[in-house]
Amino acid sequence: MDATQSFVYPGDKGAKLMPKSRYENFIGGKWVKPKDGKYFENVSPTTGRVICEIARSNAADVDAALDAAHAAAPDWGKCGPAIRSNILLKIADRIEENTEMLALAETLDNGKPIREGFAADIPLTVDHFRYFAGAIRAQEGTIGNIDGMQSGGGNSAQGMMAYHYPEPLGVVGQIIPWNFPILMAAWKLAPALAAGNAVVLKPAEQTPFSICVLMELIEDLLPPGVVNIVQGFGVEAGKPLASSNRVKKVGFTGETTTGRLILQYASENLIPVTLELGGKSPNIYFKDVMDGSDDYISRCVEGFLHAYFNQGEVCTCPSRAVIHEDIYEPFMEMVKARVNALNCGTPFSLDTQVGAQASGEQFEKIMSYMDIGRQEGANVIFGGEKRSMDGALSGGYYVQPTAFKGNNNMRVFQEEIFGPVVSVTTFKDEAEALAIANDTLYGLGAGVWSRDANICYRMGSGIQAGRVWVNCYHSYPAHAAFGGYKNSGIGRETHKMMLSHYQQTKNVLVSYSEIPDGFF
Amino acid sequence: MVDRVSATDATVSLINELKEIHGPLLFHQSGGCCDGSAPMCFARGDFKVGSRDVFLGVINEQPFFMAEDQFSYWEHTHLIIDVVAGRGGMFSVEGPTGKRFLTRSRVFSDEEAIILSKQPAQRAKDLDDVEGLKTTS
Repeated sequence: MDATQSFVYPGDKGAKLMPKSRYENFIGGKWVKPKDGKYFENVSPTTGRVICEIARSNAADVDAALDAAHAAAPDWGKCGPAIRSNILLKIADRIEENTEMLALAETLDNGKPIREGFAADIPLTVDHFRYFAGAIRAQEGTIGNIDGMQSGGGNSAQGMMAYHYPEPLGVVGQIIPWNFPILMAAWKLAPALAAGNAVVLKPAEQTPFSICVLMELIEDLLPPGVVNIVQGFGVEAGKPLASSNRVKKVGFTGETTTGRLILQYASENLIPVTLELGGKSPNIYFKDVMDGSDDYISRCVEGFLHAYFNQGEVCTCPSRAVIHEDIYEPFMEMVKARVNALNCGTPFSLDTQVGAQASGEQFEKIMSYMDIGRQEGANVIFGGEKRSMDGALSGGYYVQPTAFKGNNNMRVFQEEIFGPVVSVTTFKDEAEALAIANDTLYGLGAGVWSRDANICYRMGSGIQAGRVWVNCYHSYPAHAAFGGYKNSGIGRETHKMMLSHYQQTKNVLVSYSEIPDGFF
Repeated sequence: MVDRVSATDATVSLINELKEIHGPLLFHQSGGCCDGSAPMCFARGDFKVGSRDVFLGVINEQPFFMAEDQFSYWEHTHLIIDVVAGRGGMFSVEGPTGKRFLTRSRVFSDEEAIILSKQPAQRAKDLDDVEGLKTTS
């Protein structure tokens, strides 16, 4: 692909993606109007311009979606792994064939540079459906031989077998965030569908559009009611879904207070919940990285700049850089040079590396952290201001890639800013590096950069996070489990172990005895 | 007495609007990704506040809380709850208004810090005068 290619703004003349003026809910295999006939405007953060109207649903629409899901769930759950797998494979192929359109939709809705859609979001989405298509085909239950065991009845001495079957939960609710709208939908849908559940999914109201483009592409591949999309505001549509007594499980990615609220609802309904709530991930650079080759050192510098991937709007943003004091100066010089060379142009150009923040309120939040960082005495190493863009982009939400130098007690080191802002500090020895890494409420991601295998091992073992990247960062392959320690959440994604979050175990305990047990 | 939390005029107005619809409210400062690092506003009976959640104070008669572990990193700052144009905030009740609450902050002065050191923050379980508050005792 020609790297200087720029895509026409979707909706403008000659654009490869022409958004419709309005999108409904997707319920029971059809596009269905919201019951109260209300809609809300969806704005692109690249320009501040309206993209389309989206259905503004309420509890009645959630109930209709649950009706459709309940109607579809029994057959979907029983049809067998091969049938479900083949459907997921076809979905993957269909997405892959339409990579460009989906990448454009994602850039328009979320603001990320189109390069990332092509390189990360869409290929990872395709692969996710393929991975779970494979995982469900290979899944097996187990058989336990209970012959002769003490079992308190059932005459196991006469012959008894335990058959363990993984079975779907039934109908599940999923609430996804706005930072990777299509990919987060894939991370939730692929395992839930593979496992045989029907789903009601509530996209984020900041990014409701790209998932409609996705569903229009794949709707013919799914039995009606297996996937239902209910759009709207969190308090009007998300809350009835999360608090419903008609879902057997809720999957949620977001923040801590809502995570607690969803757990409260789940306690009323006695259902399990998996949560991914974010992090304040440390990226730790040991002194020996500077002994590596130029290519390796360049890789380490790139690792720092991974904080600007997706404009910093990643739960695992490496937003704390913890650098050995002896290499701080030369390392940061290289970082600064690389940051100065970043292409921060229009998100619709394939050259652009840093795009728009996803919404106005996210932009405001980031700027408020620039302010508190300065008040707390952190020094601005580079950046620290908003970015002004020209022409059509002047109404969008853009921030300079930024780094602060400070200490780990500052709020900019402890709170998820969710923007292109890195808080940098130094350390003297391995013990201090580990202490700083773990001095956080969160435990989602961490990066360790060292050429010493034993340092890497010890840090990997000692860091209290669900994902520790060693000599890499921002890599999310399927088959590598992902999830949080501490306040970062409960459960794991992107690995076949996630099937167990969307299944329950049926143990059929069979006796072969032909004589009474002897109790009564 | 030093206040730990205050509200801008825009916030006071928005709270008045929301009180009309939802009745008594409460605020809980969230953390983490996406809509985190921002205050959530719920109808008071909708969110069971943790017994150890810290009570920061009141804004337009509505109580404001934060998780205890989070508070230990925040206690040197005063929170100013403001309003910006926006969409989202998960189940926070102002979502449909097209506005979003935002937490701004100010570092306490040395004098304020001294006063605050003698003014320990209350936990939710120690409050007995907030009507309709749900918490574990």
